[in-house]
Amino acid sequence: MNKPVALAVAEIPADSDFDGAPATKVRGYWQSVGYRLRHDWVTLGFGVIVLLIVLAAVFAPLIAPFSPYAQSIIGRLKPFGWRGHPWGTDELGRDMMSRLIYGGRISLMMGLVPVVIATMIGGTLGVIGGFAGKVANTAIMRTMDVFYAFPSILLAVAISGAMGGGIVNGIISLSLVFTPAMCRVAETATAQVKNLDYIEAARASGAGTLTIIRHHVLGNVLGPVFIYASSLVSVSILLASGLSFLGLGVQPPEPDWGLMLSTLRQSLYVDPLGCALPGIAIFITSICFNLVSDGIRAAMDVRI
Amino acid sequence: MSATVQAKPYVDGRDRGGAAQPMLIAKELQRHFKVKGAGKGAVVRAVDGVSFTLFKGETLGVVGESGCGKSTLARVLLHLVLPDSGDLVFDGDTVGETRGISVADLRRQVQMVFQDSYSSLNPRMPVQDSVAFGPMVNGKSKAESRRIAQDILVKVGLRPDLFGPRYPHELSGGQKQRVNIARALAVGPRMVILDEAVSALDKSVEAQVLNLLRELKRTLNLTYLFISHDLNVVRYISDRVLVMYLGQVVELGPAADVFAKARHPYTQALLGSRLSMDSSKRIESPPIVGDPPSPINPPSGCRFRTRCPHAEAVCEAEMPTLGQWEDRSSHVAACHMTNAQSGHSLAGTA
Amino acid sequence: MLGYVFRRILFAIPIALGVSVVCFSLVYLAPGDPLQTVLPPDATAETIAIVKHAYGFDRPIPVQYAIWLWHVLHGDFGRSIATQRAVTLEVFGSVANTAMLALFAVPLSFITGYSMGALAGCYPGKIMDRVVTGAAVIGVSLPNYWLGLVLVILFAVEYMVLPASGMGQSGSAAFVLWHWSDAQFLVLPVITLAMIPIGIIARTTRAAVADVRNQDFVTTLRAMGLGEGAVIRHVLKNASPQVLAVMGLQFGYLMGGSILVETVFTWPGSGFLLNKAIINRDIPVLQGTILALSLIFVLTNLVVDLLQAILDPRIRRA
Repeated sequence: MNKPVALAVAEIPADSDFDGAPATKVRGYWQSVGYRLRHDWVTLGFGVIVLLIVLAAVFAPLIAPFSPYAQSIIGRLKPFGWRGHPWGTDELGRDMMSRLIYGGRISLMMGLVPVVIATMIGGTLGVIGGFAGKVANTAIMRTMDVFYAFPSILLAVAISGAMGGGIVNGIISLSLVFTPAMCRVAETATAQVKNLDYIEAARASGAGTLTIIRHHVLGNVLGPVFIYASSLVSVSILLASGLSFLGLGVQPPEPDWGLMLSTLRQSLYVDPLGCALPGIAIFITSICFNLVSDGIRAAMDVRI
Repeated sequence: MSATVQAKPYVDGRDRGGAAQPMLIAKELQRHFKVKGAGKGAVVRAVDGVSFTLFKGETLGVVGESGCGKSTLARVLLHLVLPDSGDLVFDGDTVGETRGISVADLRRQVQMVFQDSYSSLNPRMPVQDSVAFGPMVNGKSKAESRRIAQDILVKVGLRPDLFGPRYPHELSGGQKQRVNIARALAVGPRMVILDEAVSALDKSVEAQVLNLLRELKRTLNLTYLFISHDLNVVRYISDRVLVMYLGQVVELGPAADVFAKARHPYTQALLGSRLSMDSSKRIESPPIVGDPPSPINPPSGCRFRTRCPHAEAVCEAEMPTLGQWEDRSSHVAACHMTNAQSGHSLAGTA
Repeated sequence: MLGYVFRRILFAIPIALGVSVVCFSLVYLAPGDPLQTVLPPDATAETIAIVKHAYGFDRPIPVQYAIWLWHVLHGDFGRSIATQRAVTLEVFGSVANTAMLALFAVPLSFITGYSMGALAGCYPGKIMDRVVTGAAVIGVSLPNYWLGLVLVILFAVEYMVLPASGMGQSGSAAFVLWHWSDAQFLVLPVITLAMIPIGIIARTTRAAVADVRNQDFVTTLRAMGLGEGAVIRHVLKNASPQVLAVMGLQFGYLMGGSILVETVFTWPGSGFLLNKAIINRDIPVLQGTILALSLIFVLTNLVVDLLQAILDPRIRRA
C-alpha cells in the first residue's frame, strides 16, 4: 500500500475484505434476463414471428387484400390463386387470406385478454392469500381448489355452454379457468418469500405490510407469475379456438380461426387444403408463443 | 482504524433514563407455540419465564444449545413474535403500554442482525437499496436514505461505489453479513440484537466481523444482545453472559466469572464440551450426553436433571430459582446446589 | 400412511361438494329463465307457475341445491329436457365410451412419451434431445381437433384405410373391441387424443431424468464403478414416480377434455353428449355430464396422490 493510488482505499477500515471486486459491470436481475434473451437466437427468432403475427392482426385493414365479410355465390371454395384470391375462398366465397389475417385479431385477443385478467385477479388473490393470515388463506385457496378440480377445457365449455356463446362470455369463462392456477403460483411464491429473514428484517425496520409487499414481495412474485402467464397465452389461444370450434366462442360471421375451422369442416371432402389453413394458423401462433414462453422461462428462472 | 470512524463523546438525545437506567428489562417473558399432531393442547415452551436486565453500553451474550429458545427470545424482544405474557421495559418505558413506548418506536431503537446472511437480504434488490429501506420507511427522503446508506456502508467497511449497486448473490458471506449489519444500523438504533450473526461465517471472516462489531459499538455507543452457540465467540465479545436451557435462564453473570467458575452443571458441561487446542486439557468422554429433552414435555422440577450428573430427588420435586440478583456484577445460577437451604446433598458447594 | 390416506380422502370431500355447487349454479349462469326451453312461448302465467312448481324453481336457491344434491347422491340427475330420458343413463353410456378412448390413449401416450423423454434426458443437449424437445412442443401446441381433421383427410379421404367418424354400424351397444370392423373406429380418435399427453409426458420425463442425473447419488453410483446401463436404470427408477403422477392426471384430463376430439370424430362419448346438451340448451344433461366428469377428475387426483404416497415415502410425512 505504498502507491498513491491506494489512498482512495485507505479510508476503509483495515480489516475489510475486498476480495472479489467485480471485474465486469454489475448487472441487475432484469438486465441479466435481457442479456440472456438477446443471446437466445431461437427465442428471438420465434419472437419475431409472434411480432409479425401481432402486427398483421393490428394492421389487418392495410394488409388484407379483400374484405373478410364480402361473400360471393359463384366464388365458393375456390383454390389458391383463383381470381386474385392468393389462398382461395371459403364456403361462402369470402377471401381466405383476408379472413385469416382478420381472424388473428380475435384469436390473439382471446389468447391475451383472459390471461391478463386472470393474472391480475389470480395474482392479487394469491399475494393476499400468501401474505394474509390463515383464515383468508384457507378461504381463498380452498375456493380456488374447487375450480382447479375441473379439467380446464371442461370448465370453459361448462361456463360458456351455460352462459351461451360470444366473445365476452368466452373471455369470462377462460379468465375463470386460468385464475385458480395463477392464484396458486402467486400464493406459492408469496409464501416462499414471506418467511425469509429479510421480510422480518423489513418489519423490524418499522415497515408496514403494504410497504413490505410493494418493496419486498412483489418483485419476487412477479417473476414466477409472468413466466406462468406467458405459458398460458398459447393454452388460451388453443382453448379459445376450441370454444369457437364448438360454436361457443366467436359467432359467425366474425372471422376467427377456430370458427373458420368449424365451418370449413363441412367442406372437408371438397377442399381439404382450405380446411387445413386455419388450423395451421392456430398451430403456428400457439407454437411460437410456447417457444417464446420457454425462452422467457429459461432466461428468468435462475436461482440467485 | 481509519479517520472517518472516530471515537467521540457520544450523547444520544433519545437517552431518557440516563446511564444508570437499564436499556432493556425483560420480566417473566413467556412464549409458547402450539404444535400440530402432538396431542391436544401440546405447546413448545420456547421462552418460559425469562427475566434479565440489559445495561446501556454493554454486550450481553446469550448461549445455549440449538432449540433452547434463543432465537425466539430475540424475536420476542423486538415484538416480531408477540409474547404470551411478561413485560418488556425499554429505557424505562414499558413496550406496548399506552404510557410506555410503542412497538414502532421500539423498532426504531432496537434492530436485529440475522444468522442467515443470504435470506436476510432481498435477492432482487441492490444492497444499497436494502440498507436504505429502513431510513426510507421511517420517513426519510429517497436521496437522504441513500446518503445514509452510503455512510453506513463505509462504516462497515464496504466501498459504496463498488458494493452498493451489487446484488446479494454477488457478495461473499462476510460481505453480506456486513451489509446486514449496515441495514440494521441504518435505522440508527441504540441497541442491536445479533442472532447468531457470525455463526455461518468462516473463522477468519468471523474474526473480522467481530472486530467490526466491537468497533461499531464503541463509535456508535451501541448496546448488544449477542446470541450464539459458540462459547469462544461469546467470551470474546461479551461483558456478561446469559445461559439458556429449554426456554429458561439457568445462569447469568459477568463473562469472566461465568467462564472461570461456572455455577450451573449445564454451563460447566457446555464449557467442558469446547474443543481445546491444549492437548493436556482434552477430554475423552463427552461432558454432556444425549439430546436435550423435548421442549413440549419438559422434565418436572429442574429441566436439566435428566442429563445432570448431580441430579437428586429435590431436583425432580422442585424447580430451582435463579437466585438473588443485585447488580451487573452478580453471578447467579438456577441450581439447587447454589442454594444452601435447598436440601441437595451438595448444596452450597457450587 | 393410514393417517395420510384418511386426511387426503377427507380433503377430497369438500372439493367434491364445491364442484357440485359449481355444477348446480350452471343453471343460473344461463341467460333467461331456465324453463324457457320447456315452456311454449305463449304459456300463460298460470302454466308457468305450475311448471315452476313442478321443477321446484319456486323455492329458495339453497333448498333447491339441497334437493338436487340429495337426488344426485341417489344417482338421480333428473331427466333430459331434449329426450326425456333419465340423465343418469345418458351420462353413464357416454362416459363409458369416453373411458374406452382414454384407456387406450393413456398407455399409448405413456409408452411413447416416456421413451422419448428418457432418451432426451439421457443425452441432454444432443441431437436426440433437440428432436424430442421439438416434437414435444409441437405436441402441446397442436390444436388436437385440427389434427383430427388432418388425420381424417389423410387416412379416411386420401388413402381410405380407416373410417372417418362414429363407432361403426353396430353402434355403442354392440361394440366389440376385438373385431377389427369395430376397433378400427378407435384408431384415429385415440391417436389424436394421445398427442397432447405425449408432449406433456415427454417433457416431464425429460426434466425428471435430467434432474435425477444431476443428483449426487448418481455420481456416487458412477464412482462405485457401475456401468452406464445400470446407472440409467437407477435414474429412470427415481424419475418414474413423478412421471406416473403426471400420467395419472392426464387420464383425468382426457376424460374431461375429449369434447373437441369427440366432436370431430362424432364419437358418442361424454364430450359429444355435452356438445349436444349445449346445442339443445339441455341444462340437466349439461350439469350431469360435467358433474360426472369433474368427479372422475377429483377421484383420479385422489388415486394419483395415494399411489404417489405409496411409491414415495417422503410425501406421507408432509
